Amino acid sequence: MALTQDRRPTTRWAATPSSRELAFLSLVGAVFFFGGWQLIAMSGLVSQYILPSPLAVLEQIYQLETEPFAGFLLHQHLLSSLERFMFGFLLAAALGIPLGLIMGRYRLLDEIVTPLFEAYRYVAPLAWVPFAALWFGTGIGGPVMVIFTGAFAPCVVNAYRGAQLVERYLIEAAQTLGASNLRIMREVLLPGALPSIVAGLRVSAGLGWQSLIGAELIVVSSGLGYVMVQGQSNLAPDIVMSAMLVIGVVGLCIDVALRAAERWLSRRWGRV
Amino acid sequence: MAQFDVIAPRDQLAHQTSLMHLPRQPGRGWVVGVIMIATALLLWYVLTSLTGIISSYRFPSPPEFLAALRQIAVDGYASGTLLQQTLQSLKIVIEGFLVAALVGVPLGFLMGWSPRAEALLNPVFLLIRPIPPLAWIPLAIVWLGLGDGAKIMVIWFAAFVPSAINTFTGVRQVNPTLIEAARVHGATDWRVAKEVVAPAALPMIFTGLRLSLQASWTTLVAAELVGAFLGLGRVLSIAYRDIYPAMIAVAMVTIAIAGAFMTQLLERIERMVIRWR
Repeated sequence: MALTQDRRPTTRWAATPSSRELAFLSLVGAVFFFGGWQLIAMSGLVSQYILPSPLAVLEQIYQLETEPFAGFLLHQHLLSSLERFMFGFLLAAALGIPLGLIMGRYRLLDEIVTPLFEAYRYVAPLAWVPFAALWFGTGIGGPVMVIFTGAFAPCVVNAYRGAQLVERYLIEAAQTLGASNLRIMREVLLPGALPSIVAGLRVSAGLGWQSLIGAELIVVSSGLGYVMVQGQSNLAPDIVMSAMLVIGVVGLCIDVALRAAERWLSRRWGRV
Repeated sequence: MAQFDVIAPRDQLAHQTSLMHLPRQPGRGWVVGVIMIATALLLWYVLTSLTGIISSYRFPSPPEFLAALRQIAVDGYASGTLLQQTLQSLKIVIEGFLVAALVGVPLGFLMGWSPRAEALLNPVFLLIRPIPPLAWIPLAIVWLGLGDGAKIMVIWFAAFVPSAINTFTGVRQVNPTLIEAARVHGATDWRVAKEVVAPAALPMIFTGLRLSLQASWTTLVAAELVGAFLGLGRVLSIAYRDIYPAMIAVAMVTIAIAGAFMTQLLERIERMVIRWR
């Protein structure tokens, strides 16, 4: 099956050093990176308005949480970003997955949608920002549309791919037993395609999160992206870097959550 | 034990965002496609020009679109003609993409080749990887201003990760038997790398380059929207400021066509390089 192909274990054909040595090397790499950064920032070679030290960045995160910046505390910005993200992401999943499944099942619909889909796919998600703002405003509607355009494609493509991986005879067996189309969709196609769908959702979430940050950089006036823009216009790289760090950590959390869902599903169905 | 495999080879397929690349039976697909596109164009005309259901403040009608196209192609808009703006965007994307690939591919190769190099560099990857490329835009502007340098820096971050990760995965997936066989015949490390590992990893490397190029283009448009002197993203942002939907549409279509063109070009290069496929 095509899916197993990308799950080949990585082979370490090179002479494998001991894991203790590797852990040590990782530590060396991390210390070298952060230590070098801290030293350069402390030495005064580079102004703190260009490169704040890692400690200064951590301190700035604490300060953003205790004093409002750009109108809100850090966690309020974070929550407004997350709210937009959830709406956009759920909308993309709710429309994209059924569309992909149906396209995988019915040739005609597949042929009808594919050319339009290909045209949409080549438009960079952020290029939708002007229309999104014009149509749905810059509060929640516009950003949600931008997230949607970023997250939609992987949902459709992976549901479609998953539906095609479902063995024909399973569908035919269900038909023989008199299952309705809706039931086939729900009880044969969806479970069969689920591993592929979840893999797609992870890609979607990453793209959606990134599109949200882009939208917030351009038109929105709250959220983590907005914090970065404000930090940028105040020439405060420590604020910009703090926001980047939070964005990275939240993105990582979303990915970890979806990966946990993926593992749970693979245990439940015994295959991914 | 310590888990260094943050760069796992999972979900290569999940990143595929084109329906066209998926295996499908040959069919009357293109006929339906042509009919579909014609229908969409007709619907566009009916909804805007003919009945006015969609007002031109929200979406332009075909004549308005053509007028805007003519305006930017002949007189120019946002300080340049369409050709100048497109060439500017393409130039920056190609520069940024090349710089990222020239660093990312060798680095990925090195990390795949040597577990020690992987362990050493992994912490930095762990830090950079979760940060969305677009989040580098404000920092790039603080450091390098609104010129080309800042755009190239942002594109570098967008394109570097996919090319390094996929090269890494490609190198790790090389069949160990092939390498052992080459070694048994007395091949040096250099020859093993050049004549066994590199050709075997090439398809994955190109997958990485394709993803890199896509990411570069998306990122550049965003970076130009945030602030630029010239380029398609700037056309978009000025058209948005002027509330000029026809020009927004022209810019979006140009972005799509230029993106498609670059992807096609890379695929052609891939077919030329990997002839045996």
